[in-house]
Amino acid sequence: MNDLQMKSGMGKIIFSSSLGTLIEWYDFYIFGMLAKTIAVQFFPEGNETAALLSTLAIFAAGFLVRPFGALVFGRLGDMIGRKYTFLLTLVLMGGSTFLIGLVPGYKAIGMAAPLLVLLLRLVQGLALGGEYGGAATYVAEHAPANRRGYYTSWIQTTATLGLFVALGVIMTVKSMMSEEAFNADWGGWRYPFWISILLVGVSIYIRLKMSESPLYTKLKSEGKTSTNPLKESFGKKANFKMVLLALFGAVMGQGVIWYTGQFYAQSFLENTVKIEFMQNREILLWGIGLATPFFLVFGTLSDKIGRKWIMLIGMLLGVILYRPIFNQFLKDANVKEWVKDGKNLKKLSSKDIQEADLSKKEDSVQVIYNLQNDYTYKGNKFIEKRRDTLVNKEIYKGKGWTSYIYPPLSDTSSSAGDPGWKFVPGTTSVFKADQKPVFSEVVLTPALKWKFIFLVWVMIVLVTMVYGPVAAFLVELFPTRIRYTSMSLPYHIGNGIFGGLVPFIATLLSATYTSDPLVGLWYPIGVAALCFVIGALYLSNKIDKQVND
Amino acid sequence: MGLVWMIAAPVLTWFLVSGAIQNIDANGTKDINKPIPWAIIILVFTPIAAGLMIFGYYCFKGEYDRLPASSEEL
Repeated sequence: MNDLQMKSGMGKIIFSSSLGTLIEWYDFYIFGMLAKTIAVQFFPEGNETAALLSTLAIFAAGFLVRPFGALVFGRLGDMIGRKYTFLLTLVLMGGSTFLIGLVPGYKAIGMAAPLLVLLLRLVQGLALGGEYGGAATYVAEHAPANRRGYYTSWIQTTATLGLFVALGVIMTVKSMMSEEAFNADWGGWRYPFWISILLVGVSIYIRLKMSESPLYTKLKSEGKTSTNPLKESFGKKANFKMVLLALFGAVMGQGVIWYTGQFYAQSFLENTVKIEFMQNREILLWGIGLATPFFLVFGTLSDKIGRKWIMLIGMLLGVILYRPIFNQFLKDANVKEWVKDGKNLKKLSSKDIQEADLSKKEDSVQVIYNLQNDYTYKGNKFIEKRRDTLVNKEIYKGKGWTSYIYPPLSDTSSSAGDPGWKFVPGTTSVFKADQKPVFSEVVLTPALKWKFIFLVWVMIVLVTMVYGPVAAFLVELFPTRIRYTSMSLPYHIGNGIFGGLVPFIATLLSATYTSDPLVGLWYPIGVAALCFVIGALYLSNKIDKQVND
Repeated sequence: MGLVWMIAAPVLTWFLVSGAIQNIDANGTKDINKPIPWAIIILVFTPIAAGLMIFGYYCFKGEYDRLPASSEEL
């Protein structure tokens, strides 16, 4: 086969493998991204059983089921072949995703709704656990030895691109309709689930036309396939110790870097820095879009200089840079400091909701004054919401007693006697209270937005450093007959469990050590540092040219 | 260094269990107050910690001083 034919053949193999893997990631992500809407539809508040099922859906699918899927499908892939196994994972993922979009809400079918959604979410986790190992193995077993890193890095782009497509589809659907139409029972939130079946259908068609991995075919023809890949992978010390090394020396750190640079960054910007929803997603989309080519860069580089140090340097840079980067986010969008700087602060609009609690009829009546102010500060915009109980006082004006509502005490521009008071007949003196204002919906100026995009881009480039070479690295560690099993489990433990634990442990740390808004970063920093040390001490940088053994 | 990894495993497990004891709260509303996530995480993490101990033991025994050059050695 000449060079051109080889490249054309590899192109088809990469396209067919990557497309399916990308779609599987997309299917998995849309559930998480639409979690709030799904919770309202299927897991109503106040119902303890539904809340339990919701927790299980969120945690069990990500943590427990992915490694289990890795074991189930890894074993299948080593026994019956790569092609049919990761065709099966695609069918399971696509089917379960489409069906989630068809399940009627809790209001229509009661407890059956959350039960069905939980079951389908678990099937998603199972399928994802089987997909990656198959796709990476399949591509690697076709690739020439000196280009294995480059060709498998195409598979590595799919997780991030799947996130990109999921963000893009959800934002597009949201922009086409009102918030009410999107969140309705059979509203726009279901469309991303339905769209999936079209994508999956195309991918299944393409994968059906693929041939089996040549290395596996050769192995099978020689009668050397494994009859018990689980026992061979984890029951024999020689291979098991390599599984442990792969986990603790590589994918554990890779998983936390991957998760922190993308998901934790998005969540931090939304919930801590309070960036407005659409701008938050835009920042992430640009960061992902501009960083994705680096998967190929580092995959190719790993073919020339080895896999180990590229991955480990990515982890080390994460350890060094995470706190400064996240601190910069907080510093540049510090709304409380903006509010203190009265000179550059301008109020754009103000709207209020006034509620009167007339249940207390004696000398006091509480009037709750909800206020939303829209502000701009040096071109940045944000919303302030405050809630004050107004002082209400009777004043004798010659013709009799008249009640006036004082402006809220937090509004220092008004005072007693100001004609801006509002009259509420029939009220008497009340108490006053002052709630702390809540800031949200921060929209950054273009310059500051691009600075944030740059910082997110840096973190995603670190993701490409740790993730780009890892498929080739894992493939080269294990023999063909147990490769799918041996590489899938550490991969999904490193990514599903260590990576998936990032938000939970970050929240735990934040709730325990409340004075430091960045305390949650110590988990990924600690895990990445530990993995760096283990990998530096024990991993080999040698590229295994021979994987057909 | 093998001893370090062998000790780290039970220390990290203790950290998780003590975190669970401190944070599980029937009146709490956050995910860290619910027992189910803690149960799942501890259930999943315990074999991983055991794996870290085994890894530490292999390191201590010098099993990683020389990595296999080919699959025939596995």
